[in-house]
Amino acid sequence: MSSSALAPPWHMTQRKLRALLRQPWYLALTLVQPIIWLLLFGALFRRIIEIPGFHGGSYIDFLTPGIVVMTALFSSGWNGMGMLNDLDRGVLDRFLVSPVRRWPLIAGPLIQVAIVVVIQSLIVVALGLLVGATFPGGVRGVLVLVGVSVLLGAALAGISNGIALLARREETLIAAVNFIVLPLTFLSATFMQENLIPAWIREIARFNPVNWAVQAGRSALSASPDWGLVASRSAYLLALTVVCGWFATRAFQAYQRSI
Amino acid sequence: MTAAIEAADLVKTYPGDVRALDGLGLEVQAGTIFGLLGPNGAGKSTTVKILTTLTRPDSGSAAVAGEDVLREPDRVRRAIGVVAQRSGVDPDATGRENLTLAGQLYGMSGGPLTEQVDALLERFGLADAGGRLARTYSGGMQRKLDVAMGLVHRPQVLFLDEPTTGLDPEARADMWQEISHLAAEEGLTILLTTHYLEEADRLARRLAIVDRGRVVASGTPEELKGQLRGDAVQIELAEAPTATPAGSHVVSPQDSAPTNGRATELLAGVEGLREVVLDGRSLRARADAGAVALPAALAALEGAGIAVASATVARPSLDDVYLRHTGRAFGGTDEPR
Repeated sequence: MSSSALAPPWHMTQRKLRALLRQPWYLALTLVQPIIWLLLFGALFRRIIEIPGFHGGSYIDFLTPGIVVMTALFSSGWNGMGMLNDLDRGVLDRFLVSPVRRWPLIAGPLIQVAIVVVIQSLIVVALGLLVGATFPGGVRGVLVLVGVSVLLGAALAGISNGIALLARREETLIAAVNFIVLPLTFLSATFMQENLIPAWIREIARFNPVNWAVQAGRSALSASPDWGLVASRSAYLLALTVVCGWFATRAFQAYQRSI
Repeated sequence: MTAAIEAADLVKTYPGDVRALDGLGLEVQAGTIFGLLGPNGAGKSTTVKILTTLTRPDSGSAAVAGEDVLREPDRVRRAIGVVAQRSGVDPDATGRENLTLAGQLYGMSGGPLTEQVDALLERFGLADAGGRLARTYSGGMQRKLDVAMGLVHRPQVLFLDEPTTGLDPEARADMWQEISHLAAEEGLTILLTTHYLEEADRLARRLAIVDRGRVVASGTPEELKGQLRGDAVQIELAEAPTATPAGSHVVSPQDSAPTNGRATELLAGVEGLREVVLDGRSLRARADAGAVALPAALAALEGAGIAVASATVARPSLDDVYLRHTGRAFGGTDEPR
């Protein structure tokens, strides 16, 4: 495989995964956190289903896909921190004076994010099932949910890496990620059924990638998936991921011009 | 002899009207060590960044290993090894993993890569530490790993940006030996930047003194020192000349007390001595051949009854060269000893 075009991104991914596995505490917390969210929000908002207009099922059924998407968002937003570290330590400069192309330098962390998101998503789904959620959409629905979460996570990781390269300051990255992640989570149907959220939020949510992922995942897991909706939302997310990856790759040029 | 590195008229400005390079040019012969000498901020690192394709100049041209850095950056990248000022070692990976990844970046793999990594770990005394995370390495070990990473793909041209900054004297001596070896035994062309005069003097066959983004002087260390025309002769008098005006240390012959004038006059009369200056108890002068002029100087002083405590003759140092070309004393206060 080493002679193929896929060797460089794989080497970059390998490096990231190895560093991750060397931080057992970080890894454990990353995996445990979504469990806490599911149980916490599940308990906190349990009686939402009693609101008139909320149709069908338990809140855990409803919430689980939302927590999967939210987890993907939260764990990918900070991905640019790794880029900042590489930048500070001179590791990035070393890569940039080697013949390696720019895109594997972004693809590496994005693939690492994707792998983490897949594992986290499966843990949340398994826990959901354990506490009584039912997913009529079955395995196919879970695959769709994991797929859109991966795309969303990769897109945000792309933005995060791009901001890291442009701003080159931890404070700026933290502020930007906080500015993006929380509002996007709450300006969506993650916690509340779409017909029950205020009209203005519903308008905004139409353009919110988090909502695209929640809609697609939730629909795919339902008894009668709206495949048209799933396909369109997945396509939006795929396009977004490509654009964000491109943005991050272009950010190297801005960085190199500035040094 | 062919030029392994050529640069002409490099200009680079940063926002805020900072002119890091102001028409810098240089030429490095293949298989030699070239020293770029100057204080921090003189433009050394910017030059290295341009020559290694990390960034582009506003104007000017440069070629490394026969390839244009602006038009053929990929070819340049394949030909060069870079050891930057900021380490480049990944602290969260082991020494072996760092080296392996460095090789993989250049398309190396499998048995040849493993062999090369083993050989480099062995050569830099890191064989035992190869399995440890680089964050546990001492400064000297990290620097060695850095150099090893710059060599893993067997480059033709190696850039060493301040390779010994922050190292203790022992690690610095080790590094010097390694660098000399690379050029002498393996025919590597090395561009070395340093703000240590001694380092440039010892390692570089030719060097350029950089000041404010320009090369202000270049040549072999001997040529540069030779331009100063002469050795430094220093004579310590046993007693300070009498009647030195209060608060004055440097005394010129015109306004000094008789004895001062006497000593300075006597030396000025000695054939081959120039620029005689009295500073407290020290008489300093320059001579084309210090060893010849010194006995005559001592005889003249003795004949006048002025007692001498000690005398030295020194070849001019790069310190003097730097001072002469920039009009400022060299800024580096942490000179290696």
